[in-house]
Amino acid sequence: MANVGYSKKVMEHFLNPHNVGVIENPDGYGKVGNPVCGDVMEIFISVKNDIITDIKFRTFGCGSAIATSSMVTELAKGKNVDEAMRITRGDVANELEGLPPQKMHCSNLAADALHEAIKDYKEKKTKK
Amino acid sequence: MEQIYLDNAACTPIDPRVMAFASPFAYEKIGNPSTLHTRGLDARRALEEAREKIKSLLHAEDEKTIMFTSGATEANNLAIRGTALRNPKMGKHVVASAIEHISVLNPMKDLQKQGYGFDIVPVDATGIIKLEALKTLVTKGTAVVSVMAANSEIGTIEPIREVSSIVHDAGALLHVDATAAAGHIPLDVQRDGIDLCSIASNDLTGPQGAGVLYVKPGVKLQPILVGGGQERGLRPGTENLYAIVGMGEAARLTQLEMQQEADRLQTIRDALITGMSKIPESYLTGHPTQRLPSQASFRFSYIEGESIVLLMDQFGVQVSTGSACSSLTLEPSHVLLALGLKHEEVHGSMVLSLGKSNSLNQVPTVVTAAMQTVSRLRQLSPLSNERR
Repeated sequence: MANVGYSKKVMEHFLNPHNVGVIENPDGYGKVGNPVCGDVMEIFISVKNDIITDIKFRTFGCGSAIATSSMVTELAKGKNVDEAMRITRGDVANELEGLPPQKMHCSNLAADALHEAIKDYKEKKTKK
Repeated sequence: MEQIYLDNAACTPIDPRVMAFASPFAYEKIGNPSTLHTRGLDARRALEEAREKIKSLLHAEDEKTIMFTSGATEANNLAIRGTALRNPKMGKHVVASAIEHISVLNPMKDLQKQGYGFDIVPVDATGIIKLEALKTLVTKGTAVVSVMAANSEIGTIEPIREVSSIVHDAGALLHVDATAAAGHIPLDVQRDGIDLCSIASNDLTGPQGAGVLYVKPGVKLQPILVGGGQERGLRPGTENLYAIVGMGEAARLTQLEMQQEADRLQTIRDALITGMSKIPESYLTGHPTQRLPSQASFRFSYIEGESIVLLMDQFGVQVSTGSACSSLTLEPSHVLLALGLKHEEVHGSMVLSLGKSNSLNQVPTVVTAAMQTVSRLRQLSPLSNERR
């Protein structure tokens, strides 16, 4: 039978998202999406010795936008920044036991927001 | 947890009295109305009785004006394609209001591909059609103009009589999609000057799978399906007897109880509007007073509608939204955009459509659920002001 609606895992993360909030003076910050399209995600990271020690997000968007944001923060937390850079949209969707096909592109921007935050961290680091 | 169903505009439960009335026509009384034996004749009688009841609901001239279809989508297609293609001498131009249902807009877009002109009449911020613009856009070469009686999303009721005189002054035909309005506000095709009128069984608390196109005497149209001679050849195919008989009975009951039910729903609607207005940065969409008694629609800043639907469902409240993310096409509601709202404002919409199962004592639960939903989503939102 074809899948109907969101997976259990997506609903878990949507209803009880992990790592919601902001980090004041983050080591890295990434923001992707556009309110016109219906999805905006921002990710804040704290980094010590290239390890992501803390991560927070805020998202405006649909169920999968919120769930993917929550999942990507879980996947990235405690990882080395280079390792975290290799987390893909596909990894996020797989960890959530799949997303409806129409949500794979528009609402699966969380990995992009994470990558932006890491790039921001690296840029800040080279400036120091 | 009590389940509160507030998505009656999407799908309405069948009235149990209608089910009881129509059920025999699904089994022991079923027959093909085109046959001449006893069962066929009984089926024909039931079909004609249903036609009579619809005629009465619409205040139509006679039963011959009532064509049964599979639903409102088919009725809208038949009204627009059927008249445009049958009457090329009237001109190859069609007009619709900006907030028509897609089953009106898409047949017109389709005609446009075949070389017809197609113009859209704007609406004001409350969803009322701009009559001055209508006057300019409807010309001698216009074949058919489609303006809905009321909108199923924002509930705004259109000034059909004024629309009719403008359309008829230009010599065009007026099609009115009354799907959302039927059963909630009185309809009178003769008084209102309507040439073609679509209604759906399900919106009258009848079974799905039946609809009606009213065709004023003298208005000529060609079928969009070809086959046998049912419905005077305009809608071939064996009639869906169970659904049609149910639709007739639903129309009769609806007409009988309309005033009382409208008053009841309006009280609930207004309590919902008052309750929701307490949520910061919440806005009513549609007209404040010229609106269906069954329709309460809102938008909330900084949050997205699919998330609203999912969270409200966790509180046992089933609602709808015009957000792009919740639609199959990933397009935001063209109705809310036509009001002049920005895309991000449209994304935060919530539509509550009332029906028989709703009562005033459900309102506090719904309002509390909405308050918690909005507050939770705003805490997550980077757009919100109340964030840190």
